[in-house]
Amino acid sequence: MANLPENAALRRTLALGPALAIIGIFMLIPVIIMASYSFLEAKSFGGVNWVFSGDAYVQLFYERMLDDSLRLSPGYLIIIGRSVALALVAMVCCLLVGFPVAWFIARQPLRQRNMWILLITIPFWTNQLVRTFAWIIILGRNGVIEVPFRWTGLLAPEQTLGLMYSNFAITVGLTYTFIPLMVLPIYASLEKLDFSLVEAGADLYSSRWETFSNIIIPLSKPGIIAGCLLVFIPSLGAFIQPDLLGGGKNLMLGTLVQFQFSTARNWPFGSAIAMILLAFVVVFLMLYARASRGSKSLEVH
Amino acid sequence: MKIKSMLWTTVTLTFAAGMAFAEGKLNIYNWTDYTSPEMIEKFEKETGIEVTLDTYDSNETLLAKMQAGATGYDIIVPSHNFIPIYIAEGLVQEVDVAAMPNFQNVKERWRNPEWDPEQKYSVPFHWGSASVAYRPDLYGKKLESYGEFFEPAEEVRGRISVFKTPEEIVNHAHLYLGQKFCNEDPAEMQKVQDLLLAQKPYVMAYSSEGMNDRLINGDAIISNHWNGYAYKGRLLAEEAGKELVYAYPKEGVIGWADGLMIPKSAENVENAKIFMNFIMDPENMGIQSNFAGYGGPIEGQEAFMDESLRNAPEINIPDDATVVFSFACNADAQSLIDRVWTNVLR
Repeated sequence: MANLPENAALRRTLALGPALAIIGIFMLIPVIIMASYSFLEAKSFGGVNWVFSGDAYVQLFYERMLDDSLRLSPGYLIIIGRSVALALVAMVCCLLVGFPVAWFIARQPLRQRNMWILLITIPFWTNQLVRTFAWIIILGRNGVIEVPFRWTGLLAPEQTLGLMYSNFAITVGLTYTFIPLMVLPIYASLEKLDFSLVEAGADLYSSRWETFSNIIIPLSKPGIIAGCLLVFIPSLGAFIQPDLLGGGKNLMLGTLVQFQFSTARNWPFGSAIAMILLAFVVVFLMLYARASRGSKSLEVH
Repeated sequence: MKIKSMLWTTVTLTFAAGMAFAEGKLNIYNWTDYTSPEMIEKFEKETGIEVTLDTYDSNETLLAKMQAGATGYDIIVPSHNFIPIYIAEGLVQEVDVAAMPNFQNVKERWRNPEWDPEQKYSVPFHWGSASVAYRPDLYGKKLESYGEFFEPAEEVRGRISVFKTPEEIVNHAHLYLGQKFCNEDPAEMQKVQDLLLAQKPYVMAYSSEGMNDRLINGDAIISNHWNGYAYKGRLLAEEAGKELVYAYPKEGVIGWADGLMIPKSAENVENAKIFMNFIMDPENMGIQSNFAGYGGPIEGQEAFMDESLRNAPEINIPDDATVVFSFACNADAQSLIDRVWTNVLR
């Protein structure tokens, strides 16, 4: 009998085995390959020489001048900054649109909720590229939005609203693509929310805003944070929307990585940028872990 | 093969199986949407060789696979600028193409090219060019120089579309500035960068897809373009009652040409040679051109081509136009190009 706990421990370890193997094979090994490639030397026509080199990381911050001296160069940092900024904007837009939607669904009778959730997820069944192309038809010259303006003569044939190929178009594209990732976790939080607490707030003369900020927000915080994270991470590496809707006028992290592996044939540098991307994600995940610890202690009250 | 039985291959296979000389296989590795099924069918029927096709979408992919030691391919189709790399790295076999009977059909212009001067390794295949296309009905005049694209006039500002990657656009800039390709002179590359940065405020999109859409709906008036794709765009534009013209600016267009080669690791070398000879026949190359929408190097292939393609100005280079071929740049020149491009788009 004494070794029963031991057996249980063994069983637990064995049961975790498949999950650990999957994480090991599909996550750790690729990350290790990427990390090691980022410290190798680039071969001129793609591939790597197995020689240690920190060049890829030096290149991120410095420009090598002709006399081989190094000068601090903000080029790549600007690209990183732009990608982070755009991902944050997309995240905020998703939150502003997604929260009311999730609230609306959570307030529906139980049987109708599933139908609404289904409607939210249906766009996921179509390829992201196709859905992004659809926005070109909507926002473009003579597109769905412009046509009424032309009919009414508000827009001359030579004029355009200029919606396409702009940061606005990128933001619309990212928000549209990732909004289900915001709605679903917030809905999951709101669904569990005890609405009698909201009523209690009202009974105790709290204003609508106070109810919202002191009761609803704290209780749905885990969902909000999870949603923000789920939107922020893929937005950071997105390249379809900046390319197709933004006209690719400014490089994004995702496009930059793609460029290094294809045209520029600089695999180590591509890997180094991907590592930077990964570092950002890890930092945000750590912030999440911290924030969700905070919200747990709140639930205890 | 059973899985593929729904495809056209089977039809020919059954046919081929009944033939006395039915033997052997041939594994072709070619660009996506680039191999005429009709041509392959004809080849299988005539030779009894069973063809399997696999595809890739970029020279880089093909090279990376070959360098990684991919086996099982008997024919590969790299572009001219990559051909010297395959030869230098010993990835392909010597075939002596010049001694093949059908080599006499190859047009003078495509024989013994710079990238394979003795024609020992590669069979000339499709060729094409990169330039700009424009909407004469909106532009109001003939486009004569890249200057009109790089330093656009008032009325086309904001309606210029540029390729997404630097290979061709940097070479277009070199042509316009009268510089040599794969330039290693930082001062000259600086001029290229200045030109591209000055153009940027007038560019609506850097994209190598959807050029025809942008030109036809009028978003763009001048756009970087490839000849074969512009040919399809012109037909679409005509349907919509609009004009789309592939320009031959006085500075010249950037040429590319693909070649058939046999990898070192090929298992069916003799069959690959039979195929190489086969494709240098006017009828066979004509059929292939109809599918791919690009011109070919074979004398008399026009007789077997669809009329619209045969007479297409995009495929038939005007006599006074210049075609300049580009090369794969060495690491120094390539890194200058990358830096210029990053500075333009950052």
